Amino acid sequence: MAEPRLPRSLPRGECAIKASTKEPGTAAPAVELAGITKRFPGVVANHDIHLTVHRGTVHALCGENGAGKSTLMKILYGMQKPDEGTITLDGEQVTLHTPADAIGRGIGMVHQHFMLADNLTVLENVVLGAEKLHGIGNKARAKIKEISDAYGLGVRPDVLVEDLGVADRQRVEILKVLYRGARTLILDEPTAVLVPQEVDALFDNLRELKAEGLTVIFISHKLGEVLSVADDITVIRRGTTVGTAVPSETTPKQLAELMVGEELPSPETRESTVTDVPMLTVDGLHLSATDSDGVVRAVLDGIGFTIHKGEVLGLAGVEGNGQAELVEAIMGMRTPDAGTVTLDDADITKAPTRKRREDGIGYIPEDRHRHGLLLEAPLWENRILGHVTERPNSKRGLLDSKAARQDTERIVREYDVRTPGIEVTAASLSGGNQQKLIVGREMSHQPKLLIAAHPTRGVDVGAQAQIWDQIREARREGLAVLLISADLDELIGLSDTLRVMFRGRLVADADPATITPEELGSAMTGAASGHLEHTEEPTEDSNEREGGDSE
Amino acid sequence: MKRLDKNKLILGFAAPVLAIVAALAITSIIIAATGKDPFHAYQVMVDFGSKSDSQIWIVNKATPYYLSALAVAIGFRMNLFNIGVDGQYRIAAFFAAVVGGKLAFPGIVQIPVIIIVAMLVGAMWAGLAGLLKVTRGVNEVISTIMLNAIGASVIGYFLQDGRLAVKEGNLIHTPYLPDSAHFFEIPTQPKPVYGFVVVAALAGVAYWFVLNRTRFGFDLRTVGRSESAAQASGVSVKRMVITSMLLSGAIAGLVGMPTLLGVSYNYGTDFPTGIGFTGIAIALLGRNNPVGMALAALLWGFLERTGTQLEFEGYAQEIVGVIQGVIVLCVVIAYEIVRRYGLKAQQRKVGEELAAQAGNSDKAEVSA
Repeated sequence: MAEPRLPRSLPRGECAIKASTKEPGTAAPAVELAGITKRFPGVVANHDIHLTVHRGTVHALCGENGAGKSTLMKILYGMQKPDEGTITLDGEQVTLHTPADAIGRGIGMVHQHFMLADNLTVLENVVLGAEKLHGIGNKARAKIKEISDAYGLGVRPDVLVEDLGVADRQRVEILKVLYRGARTLILDEPTAVLVPQEVDALFDNLRELKAEGLTVIFISHKLGEVLSVADDITVIRRGTTVGTAVPSETTPKQLAELMVGEELPSPETRESTVTDVPMLTVDGLHLSATDSDGVVRAVLDGIGFTIHKGEVLGLAGVEGNGQAELVEAIMGMRTPDAGTVTLDDADITKAPTRKRREDGIGYIPEDRHRHGLLLEAPLWENRILGHVTERPNSKRGLLDSKAARQDTERIVREYDVRTPGIEVTAASLSGGNQQKLIVGREMSHQPKLLIAAHPTRGVDVGAQAQIWDQIREARREGLAVLLISADLDELIGLSDTLRVMFRGRLVADADPATITPEELGSAMTGAASGHLEHTEEPTEDSNEREGGDSE
Repeated sequence: MKRLDKNKLILGFAAPVLAIVAALAITSIIIAATGKDPFHAYQVMVDFGSKSDSQIWIVNKATPYYLSALAVAIGFRMNLFNIGVDGQYRIAAFFAAVVGGKLAFPGIVQIPVIIIVAMLVGAMWAGLAGLLKVTRGVNEVISTIMLNAIGASVIGYFLQDGRLAVKEGNLIHTPYLPDSAHFFEIPTQPKPVYGFVVVAALAGVAYWFVLNRTRFGFDLRTVGRSESAAQASGVSVKRMVITSMLLSGAIAGLVGMPTLLGVSYNYGTDFPTGIGFTGIAIALLGRNNPVGMALAALLWGFLERTGTQLEFEGYAQEIVGVIQGVIVLCVVIAYEIVRRYGLKAQQRKVGEELAAQAGNSDKAEVSA
């Protein structure tokens, strides 16, 4: 069918884009969702969603975490069936029962978490499940080459996936979808795992796809990215579409307000509260682990830093570079081979986890389902978890379920945990509300040190602001915080000191007052080390600065 | 909130009712398939089971079953499958009988000594499996079943004339306990009920209290629900594995005591075996709940008692075994179905209530 072709290379979100949205063209839109409603256990329901995506455009679907973007895309990809509403593809109303239906109609999805087999080659991964299309041999290889060249993906078919970096894996995922004949690609939060330089490369790929007449639906909650790459924007708030925007006519602030329905909170920390009293000192920490191939390697190597009272130390790094192991070593869940951990002048290197918690370490774990909650237990038992020896949960070895219940009611109230009661299981709450419960629980025991791993991941904007406020307030009262986050804006905005972790080592440090996400990003990929200056003057004193000088 | 509680109550009853109805239906079909009248069989069972001597027999039978189920349930509550209660109670009863036979203290000392020896031996035997699990990563199912075999061999070695046992006619057994070691009986007609039923009841209360009301119990249940969350919360999972195996073994040590202190007064080749496995079925049936397991133990006793009577009425003797198996399966399946349904229903409900709230506040915003 005839598609309204766009000029090949587009500048970032300028007038040409606007033109394309103003005249929808003669052909029917590639995707049209009307009146979609979906009730889904535990999270905000999708109700009355309207979305129109024109062929040959990049359409951003944006909204805060938990607004219902992913649910909507699962509906479009046939993974969920809508309770009401219609899906129209290229002018034809369809019912999608399975992802196979969606693929058959030219819709492909690139998931946030990659679905690739590490021990297979790129070629094998691409043909897996699609052997009938072009076989598994040279014909398939030629096809992959052809697609790769056509869209500038730069995929090499014969390398093992395990040897690829995150950005390359993502391109393989995109290629996999194209190989199956997709004309409309859904990318679910594709930039969450990328550093800024990789994001730019991805956007170039997307423009390439668009220039070839493909349609991209791009899910994101990052305003800057949305404005730079999208032709049209649809905003979802609380499960419903609240408006559309044209990037060239929209400022980030307007878009943010549309997303949130109120003023956008900022993670920025104003005045410094850093003292010179050390709260946590880690020195010479070394940890070896055996990886899946049986090779022993150092996952933590010579880690040393100090967090003072009232200081937030932000740890940047691509996931899997030792951050999780560092947290577990500080929590006493892993025993390091060498090094010491000192909390408030007491050596806790050998202390068990419970002692460390009693001594005042609060812990917001990265994976709340694995480490932070008992999913099948009621909320009030989850409130006890991790603090069973402390008041109000127990007295002299006996549980005080009445006091624990009362305190759970308080946390639910003060931390705005949306739940019909405290007897429901943790599994029935949405992710954001589970997180609020955890934050409330950890803050209720006046921690001296808070280890916050991705504290606002999957949390809606209102709760995000609240969690930031909680951290800031406690910091003012002398709390030391170890903050780990993939959200570089959060990291830069909240931290007093920044460190970058790469392959188990602290390779760089930076001043959050001047650093940009791009500069931080290059250190995260190992391209830069030492003290990161905004003026790009890498020096070699990576262990010297402890952050006391950022006042 | 109130409505949720009401639902919870209904769901709580739904599972056992569903299980009983399903089990009755299936056994009826099976009995009918053997060419007999199932309803007559139930009539016989109820009539015979409700006789007073049957009732006493059932209670006496249920006492060790209940203790065995408690021992298994401690493991279940933290995701450990202690399949070795059988070996633990036998080796515990054996050494308790040996020690008791050599001592002659007054009853107030003698009986506690025997019981403590039994609990210690049981705990040690189970503790071996715990130790193997935390140090070498040996699965407790494998190690406890092996320890059952080893325990039987150890008993077989010592239970010989001239070693730790004496010969009496065709039977070989440990020397008789002195009279002071005889546990009290509850004088009922036509036969007495073992006094150990009181100990079993106390053990049930202690089980409930420790698991539900103490920090230790919370830690134990936490490990059972999520090992990773337990570890992050500060529970030493390894220590908890050892402790719970020790506890489970100690309770297992009590299983042989009603027989040893109330009936046989020695450990011989005719000492009852297999109670440890019955305990697994009863723990499953009673859903690890102290009251539920008591009812399950009584039901088990009832089925065994009335099964013999069915034989006289011309029913196949295997029918009781089939009924027992069907009941356990039905209960396990019914509870799992109801649990999943309950969880889903709750999630849906929470989702709906929150959506309704959100809807209301949206409208409020619009009108404001």
